[in-house]
Amino acid sequence: MARALRIWLVLLTVSAAVLFAALAFGSSPIALADLPRLLFAPDGSVASEVVHNLRLPRALAAFGTGGLLAVAGALMQVLLRNPLADPYVLGVSSGAAVGALGAMVIGLGAGLVQLGAFGGALLSIVLVFAIAHRDFARVSATGASDTAPRLLLTGVILAAGWSAVISLMLTLAPEAQIRGMLFWLVGDVAGADSFVVPLLVLAVVLLVTYPLARELNVLLRGPAVAASLGVRVVPLRRTLYVVASLASAIAVTTSGNVGFIGLVVPHALRLAIGNDQRVLLPACALAGGTLLLLADTAARTLVAPQQLPVGVITALVGVPTFLFLLTARRGR
Amino acid sequence: MSSPQHLSPLLQAENLSLRVGVRVLIEALSMTVTPGELWCVLGPNGSGKTTLLHTLAGLRAPDAGAVQLAGRPLAAWDTTEAARLRGLLPQTLHDAFSASALEIVLMGRHPHLSRWGWEGEVDRDMAVAALAAVELASVAERDVVTLSGGERQRVGIAALLAQDPPLLLLDEPVAHLDMRHQVVVLRLLRELVRGANKAVVLSIHDLNLARRFATHALVLGGAPVEGLVDEAMTEVTLAAAFGHPVARREIGDRVVFIAE
Repeated sequence: MARALRIWLVLLTVSAAVLFAALAFGSSPIALADLPRLLFAPDGSVASEVVHNLRLPRALAAFGTGGLLAVAGALMQVLLRNPLADPYVLGVSSGAAVGALGAMVIGLGAGLVQLGAFGGALLSIVLVFAIAHRDFARVSATGASDTAPRLLLTGVILAAGWSAVISLMLTLAPEAQIRGMLFWLVGDVAGADSFVVPLLVLAVVLLVTYPLARELNVLLRGPAVAASLGVRVVPLRRTLYVVASLASAIAVTTSGNVGFIGLVVPHALRLAIGNDQRVLLPACALAGGTLLLLADTAARTLVAPQQLPVGVITALVGVPTFLFLLTARRGR
Repeated sequence: MSSPQHLSPLLQAENLSLRVGVRVLIEALSMTVTPGELWCVLGPNGSGKTTLLHTLAGLRAPDAGAVQLAGRPLAAWDTTEAARLRGLLPQTLHDAFSASALEIVLMGRHPHLSRWGWEGEVDRDMAVAALAAVELASVAERDVVTLSGGERQRVGIAALLAQDPPLLLLDEPVAHLDMRHQVVVLRLLRELVRGANKAVVLSIHDLNLARRFATHALVLGGAPVEGLVDEAMTEVTLAAAFGHPVARREIGDRVVFIAE
């Protein structure tokens, strides 16, 4: 427990430092010395407006989204007992993309695009659950594998279906809309206008899953072991699925299809601090939030005044990191 | 070596029938397991040994009949209370994620901890002792995904020892073990049964080890035969169950069975 608190405290300190950096850096730099004053005693100056109306909401939205993605990734990996699972593996993001792009194609505004994304994500969540719900209930599998592969296959196949629809829409969409669609698909925090929802949902996700953390550890050993240790496997799996999917849906709705946070952050943390979900889940929230915030700060400052989609940064950093983790693991 | 009469049964199966799809695995099985008994479940592949153990553990409902754990229907137990009374070692353990052997064994303490509880000194001591009992004290800090199949199997057995239930159900606990560790594990289970007055039900393919360590046997394959080991394991019952002639021989004071 003391060890967990130490780890969280370190991550929290890093988060705060990155947040300050994110507020200071940008096309109009703000001196770090002025930042506390501008932040806590806004004086109506341009710098104060920039901090409060532009950078702070965007920074908090990025933090919330990153935290949601990392926690959702960790939860999906437990649910599917598969290290390669990520928040999107069951098709949530593809469903959201179909909803968002659909809204763009018929020329709806940003708010309705978000609503479309959330609707698409929900539709995908419900579809997977409706198709695979019987597999959630199978605890006593006498064969070598448990239910996870089927759930995984259901999600992957649905995602493939959504991808086809996405390609179709990109092919048919008018030239002028393509750029906006691509930004959405790669993941972009610039359009995020609400930080309240992702932060609030992140808090709720942690509150719901933290009391279940030790049961999640046990579930990783397989449904039969978990059930014989007193875990109510079926309700736990359902809870995991709903919570992880909704977290992913909110993340995708806020920032589009940001990749790799949900895959890389839980794995890097597992290597560093171990696989006890009681320590890991809060750590994922902090580290995932920090990483996306860092990536977003880079995205809007690297080639300023032009902005890169943050998903490009996370993928560019994420791919080599993940390959490194994979090979490092094989060496052990 | 019959059990004392004053001990109430830990596990009672009444008129149990198990089916998979339309296939009937076990029909009308009744058995009573009392502290101090070590049951071996024998039978050919696909005769329902795993399905039976999962049913006795409460992982699946019987297709007919009833199972009682410590005098109460299985389904009536709170899942955590049940986990303090019976433990199960499944046949296949699959670890996709890294964890130290000690961490895996400590998970056996799960039903003894409160929702917010963390493992304490007592739990840690029990886990260390359990690893030592299966002769794996030296790999406590090793990553389980780097252990051999037999070692992982013994880690699973250690986790069951740390769970410390009065009734232990084990699905082929010695299947992947070398000769020496087969005997080590079975001796350990016999000690638990004799010394700590626990009860064990395990499935096993080695007739000779079964005959040597069991007090009772259940032979599946045809109509289930259950009872004291010498009554249930005969040339006739085994040959009928496996569909293959079996000869019983005595070597010194050991009884052995030989497939013809």
